[in-house]
Amino acid sequence: MDIFDLLSHGFIQRALIAGSFIAILCSTLGVFLVLRRFSLIGDGLAHVAFGSVAIGLFLRVYPIYVAVPVVMLSSLGILKLTEKARLYGDAAIGIVSSLGIAGGILLASVAGGFNIDLFTYLFGNILAISTSEVIASIVLSVILIVIILFFYHELLSITFDEESAMASGVKTKRINTILVLMTALTVVLAMKIVGIMLISALLILPSVTALQMVKGFKITMIMASVFGVLSVILGIFVSFIMDLPTGATIVILNFLFFLTAFIYKNMH
Amino acid sequence: MSVDVVSVDRLYFQYNSSEVLADISFGLKAGDYLGLVGPNGSGKTTLIKLILGLSKPTRGIISLFGYNPLDFKDWYKVGYVPQKIASFNPYFPATVKEVVALGLLSKKGFPKRIRKSDDMSINRALELMDILSIKNELIGELSGGQQQRVLIAKAMVSEPEILILDEPATAIDPEIREKFFSILKGINQDKKVTIIIITHDIGTIGKYASKLLYLDKNVIFYGSFEDFCISDDMANYFGEFSQHVICHRHDSNQ
Repeated sequence: MDIFDLLSHGFIQRALIAGSFIAILCSTLGVFLVLRRFSLIGDGLAHVAFGSVAIGLFLRVYPIYVAVPVVMLSSLGILKLTEKARLYGDAAIGIVSSLGIAGGILLASVAGGFNIDLFTYLFGNILAISTSEVIASIVLSVILIVIILFFYHELLSITFDEESAMASGVKTKRINTILVLMTALTVVLAMKIVGIMLISALLILPSVTALQMVKGFKITMIMASVFGVLSVILGIFVSFIMDLPTGATIVILNFLFFLTAFIYKNMH
Repeated sequence: MSVDVVSVDRLYFQYNSSEVLADISFGLKAGDYLGLVGPNGSGKTTLIKLILGLSKPTRGIISLFGYNPLDFKDWYKVGYVPQKIASFNPYFPATVKEVVALGLLSKKGFPKRIRKSDDMSINRALELMDILSIKNELIGELSGGQQQRVLIAKAMVSEPEILILDEPATAIDPEIREKFFSILKGINQDKKVTIIIITHDIGTIGKYASKLLYLDKNVIFYGSFEDFCISDDMANYFGEFSQHVICHRHDSNQ
């Protein structure tokens, strides 16, 4: 089967389109998160998403409808814990993350019957994505990317130095809130692509790969998006041809990109 | 009568119920150059943060261009250079131009966006600090002295009326330090920018600053460097020998 045969399949087309949009979103957002040492927020919120999916399955409600508000509230919770409880970001993420996982496991154990459904969300299946999910992915990705571009200079300012950003009249609390809420929505959106377990890889790896070859902030964001999209496209083809799980293949490819960039940088 | 650029009146600040600053009062007019000196933990950085509205005082009044810093809006009038080491990670992927441009955000309304038309202001600030030739370099790849000049260019790009610097000379080699202080003096004299600078080096700052404020939770001394050198109180506080060494170093610098 050649590449054109693969492209003729509707499910491959849907996976490529939705995956590419989400990869651009994750990679762009990831640059800010990585540089703010907030990389693991994606992991923490993914664990909350796990709990939310369990609630949805338990209540027989479409899990995404539960995940969106719960994950967004949790992201604000992480921010408040960092600001008010004088916790470092990683400790705040740890609290919210373990609470999400514990809640999910408890519900799965009490309900018993929805473990298979829960597994679909844990490991994702981009090849099973529906047309309406593709449309939702495109619309949400475009909206969030536009928001990132709209607040680009303020995001860059708080990422460079929050204190001097505040002294420049940047509303740092508002920008931080926007950043964590966008991360929450991105996590829920990416759940279907790489699965809950691997979302943070899509946020972190393309960014750290681009950071190995930096020549400016804008170009870092563009390079991160290129690596993100490439990993999704190649991951879909490779996994389909070799009969491998797509989410894990995307993550491994991302890691290989990072390794290559790291070795190249250290050789020059 | 012109409004003081900065005015601090009977200011107190407590952190976790321990007193950091007590009964601080002083005022700065346009064009003043204040050297803020004192030992580690004497409250210098806290005082700066209170002036910038980054912390709230426990008691007392601070005014910045006549306004409470917490209600102040015209942040383009203020250039702030935080302690360099704490201010950014050395692998930050931004170019010099991208960093300096961020200083213009204080002049922007909503949305805060830097545009192509801002290039002239950015280039002017880069020229002022003599770093135009490295505008496309990554900030992390520069020397300590160059990085410090980038941060000052970022603070100066909005053409502020006051420049506040927190220990700017710590990352700079001693031979470049004098040049650095001369640049600041030029900004103060040519552009009439009021300057507050935190430093440990009383001898060097005495050569440039018009006023000296020695802080150790309270104001220990506030006046000119010349007055500092002949003050009996300072002779008692530091010991006559130390006072002589500080002031002699100043003389030898001249």
